[in-house]
Amino acid sequence: MKELTVKKRMAKDRLFHSLVLFFASLVVIPLLFLLGYIFKKGIAVINWDFIVSMPAGVGESGGGIVHSLVGTLLLILIAVFLSVPVAVGAALFINDHPKNRISQLIRFTVDMLQGIPSIIMGIVIYIWIVLPMKNFSALAGGVALGIMMLPIIIKSTEETLKMVPESLKEASLALGAPYYKTVLRVILPAGLSGILTGILLGVSRIAGETAPLLFTAFGNPFLNTDLFKPVDALPLLIYNYSTSPYPEWIRIAWGASFILVTFVLILNLITRWVVKKWQIKF
Amino acid sequence: MSASPLKVHKVKEKGFSAFLLFSGTLVLMVLGAFFVTLVLQSFPLFRETGLKFFTTSRWVPMENAFSVLPFIAGTLMTSFLSILIAFPFSMALSILLGEYIKTGPFAAAFKSVTELLAGIPSVIYGFWGIMILMPLVQSLQIKLGVIPYGVGVLTASLILSLMIIPYAASLGRDVISMVPGDLKEAAYAMGATRFEVVAHIILPYARSGITAGFFLALGRAVGETMAVTMLIGNSNFIPKGIFSPANTMASVIANEFGEADGMHTTALIAVGLVLMLLTGIINSIGKSIMKRFQVGG
Amino acid sequence: MADKVLNIRGLNAFYGSKKAVADVNIDFFKNKITAIMGPSGCGKTTFLRCINRIHEVNIEARARIEGDIFLNGENIAKMHPILVRRRIGMVFQKPNPFPHMTIYDNVIAGYRLNGIKKKKHEFDTLVEESLRKIALWDEVKDSLYDRGTFLSGGQQQRLCMARALAMNPDVILLDEPTSALDPIATAKIEGLLSELKEHVSIIIVTHNMAQAGRISDYTAFFYLGEMLEYGTTEKLFTNPAHEKTENFLTGQFG
Repeated sequence: MKELTVKKRMAKDRLFHSLVLFFASLVVIPLLFLLGYIFKKGIAVINWDFIVSMPAGVGESGGGIVHSLVGTLLLILIAVFLSVPVAVGAALFINDHPKNRISQLIRFTVDMLQGIPSIIMGIVIYIWIVLPMKNFSALAGGVALGIMMLPIIIKSTEETLKMVPESLKEASLALGAPYYKTVLRVILPAGLSGILTGILLGVSRIAGETAPLLFTAFGNPFLNTDLFKPVDALPLLIYNYSTSPYPEWIRIAWGASFILVTFVLILNLITRWVVKKWQIKF
Repeated sequence: MSASPLKVHKVKEKGFSAFLLFSGTLVLMVLGAFFVTLVLQSFPLFRETGLKFFTTSRWVPMENAFSVLPFIAGTLMTSFLSILIAFPFSMALSILLGEYIKTGPFAAAFKSVTELLAGIPSVIYGFWGIMILMPLVQSLQIKLGVIPYGVGVLTASLILSLMIIPYAASLGRDVISMVPGDLKEAAYAMGATRFEVVAHIILPYARSGITAGFFLALGRAVGETMAVTMLIGNSNFIPKGIFSPANTMASVIANEFGEADGMHTTALIAVGLVLMLLTGIINSIGKSIMKRFQVGG
Repeated sequence: MADKVLNIRGLNAFYGSKKAVADVNIDFFKNKITAIMGPSGCGKTTFLRCINRIHEVNIEARARIEGDIFLNGENIAKMHPILVRRRIGMVFQKPNPFPHMTIYDNVIAGYRLNGIKKKKHEFDTLVEESLRKIALWDEVKDSLYDRGTFLSGGQQQRLCMARALAMNPDVILLDEPTSALDPIATAKIEGLLSELKEHVSIIIVTHNMAQAGRISDYTAFFYLGEMLEYGTTEKLFTNPAHEKTENFLTGQFG
C-alpha cells in the first residue's frame, strides 16, 4: 500500500490552484491589451468632425466616417425591421404548439442557422438578391444581417414566453378576449423584455459583422440612404482601411474600431439593464 | 351590409394564426433554401468536373482547376491549432470561474471582460492581429530562420484562439458549475483535496459537456472569416507547416468571390457548400452531446 | 474515557451573526448508535457537519465555529482536515453515488481520491467486504463494473454507506440518510445499522423520532441550536427530563 503524504498532496493542490490562476491571468493580459489598444488608438482620432464629415481624399488628413455610420444604422434598421416580426411570430408559434412537429423542426433550424458561417450568408444573399437586381444594395446587406438576427431573437423571445404563466393566458381568455387579442395584449407585453433583450443581443451581434456585407452591401465611399444602392458600414470600412497602405487610413480605421466597440459595449450595458429592470416576475 | 363583430373576430383570429404559422415556416424555408441554393449553384461544377473537386489538390482559377482540398487542409490546420492553443487557457478559466471563484467581484470582472471580448467584431481582431501579432510572428520567424511572412497558419490560429477562448471558457464554466454540489461534498467528506475533487469528480463528470464545448468551439473556428482572411496569407496551396501562408474555406470565399466569374464563382459556391455541411455536422455533434449532458448529467 | 470516541466541548457555530449551534457539550460512545433528534432548523445538521469539518468546504455558506472536538483524545482542529474526514465518514440525505464511476470504483472512491494505491486483489477483497457489510454484495456482484445509476434509491444509499465504510473510519455521520427513501428501503438500512456498530461508531441525525427510538442506543435532543437533553434512548423516550423533549415526543411540534 502506497500513499502520498498529506503535505505532498496539499502541495499538489496549491500547485494546481496556481496553475489555474496563472493560465487564467495569462489569457486576460492579451485580451486587456487588445481592449486598451483599441481605446488608446481610437480616442486619439475621435472628434466631432470625425463623426459628422465625409472622408478626406487620399493623402489629405482629417475627414470623417459619417457615410459608414449612416450605412451601419441603415443596415441595422432594415435587419431589425425584417427580422423582428418573423422572429416573434415564429417564437409565438413554438410557444403555442410546443410538441408540434413543425415547432421541433423550427427549434432545430434555429440551432443550425446560428451555426452557419457568416460568409455563407453573404454568398447566398448575393445569389438571392444582388444577382437578380443586378446591383449591390443596402437591402441585400440588411437581409443578410436580418437572417443572422433571427435565431437570437427567436431564442430569447421563446425563453421569456415560456415563463409567462398559463394562468395569465387563461385569465384573459376567461374574460372573453379572443385568442389573438390575448396574445397581443397580454402575452406579448408580458414577454416584452425577452423580445427587447433578443433585439439588443441581435443588434450587438450583427453590428460588427463584415463577411455577410462583403458581397451584399458591398461598401460605398459616398453617403447613401437609398435602399437599392450599395452602402458603406463601419466593419467594411475597418476592413478596407486597415488593409490599406496609407497611415492616415489606418488611423481612421482605429477611430472606426473604437466607435464600433463602444457601440457594442453600450448595447451590452443596455441589455443588462433591460434584463435586470424588466425581468418579469410572476 | 356589414359583417358581424363576431365574424370580424374570427377572420382576425384566423389571420393571426396564419401569420404565426407563416413566420414559423419562413424560418424553416430560409434554412432549406440556403442549402438548396448552394447545391443548385454549385451543381454545374460537379457536372463538368465530376469529383475532381475532392480528388485533385490544385486551385488555379486561370486554368479552371478547382479543388477544395487546400482549403480543407488550411481550415482543419488553423482550427485544430487554435483549439490546441486555446485549450489550457479556456480550461483554466472554466475551472477558475466554475469552481474556485463562483461569485464575488473578481468573478464578475472576469465575466464582464470575457463577455465584452466575445462581442468585439472579428474584423477588429484581424486589424489588431495585423498591427501587433504579425510583427511578433515575423520577428519569431527571423529568429528561427524561416521566411518572415508574418502571416500564415500560425498567426491566424493565434488570433482565432484569442477569439474562441472567451466562448469556450463561458461554455466550460456553465458545464463545470452544473456538477452537483452533493457529489463534490461526498468527495470532500472522504478526505479529498480540492485538486483531487477537480481531477476525479468534476472533470470526469463534466467530460461530455467539455467535449461538446470542444465541438462548438471548433464549429466557430471553422466558420470564422474576417480575422483569418486578414492574417492567413491567402495562398491556395496545401500548407506545408505552421508558418506557411494558406487559405481556409471561409477566407478563400471572402478573398476571391468579389472578383470571380463563371466557373470560378461556381467553385467558390461549392466551397461554401462544403463549409456549410462541415460546420453543420460539427455543430450538431456538439449540440447533441450538450443536450445529453444537460438532461442526463 | 476509553469508551468514548468523540468528546465535544463548548461547541458554537455561527452563520454570520446568527448562532446555529449554542454551547454544546457531548461525548459519543464507541460502537454505539447515537441519534441526534429535534425539529427542523434546530441546528442538528450544522452540528454534524462541524464534526468532520465539512462545514469548512466552501460549497454553501460557511459556518464559523468555536469550541473543541476531540477524536479519540486528539483535537481535530489541530489535525489536517483531510485526515479528520478520512477517520470520520459521512453519508448524506440524498443518495449521491458518483454517476461517472462503476459500482466497484464507487466503493473504493475514497482510496482513489486520496491517491492511496493498493494491489488489485486487495481492492477486490475490500470491495466485497464493504458491500457485504451493507448487504449489497449479492445484489450487485454481477454488475460491479456497471455504473451505479440503475440502482434503486435504497441500493444507492447503501452503496454510499459502503463507500464511507471502505475507508475504515472510526465514526460515520449519517445526515437523515433515509429521508429520501421508501419505508422498505428505510427498514433495510435501519436493520443494517445495528450490525454495523460492531465495526464503527454511528451518529445519525434524524427528525423522525420513531426512527431514533427504533435504532439508537443514545439520543440527544436539540432545540434552537441548544442540546437540551442527552441520555440513553430508553431513558429519554420513557422519562424525558425536559418539557420541550416531551412535547416533541408527543408530537406537539415539529
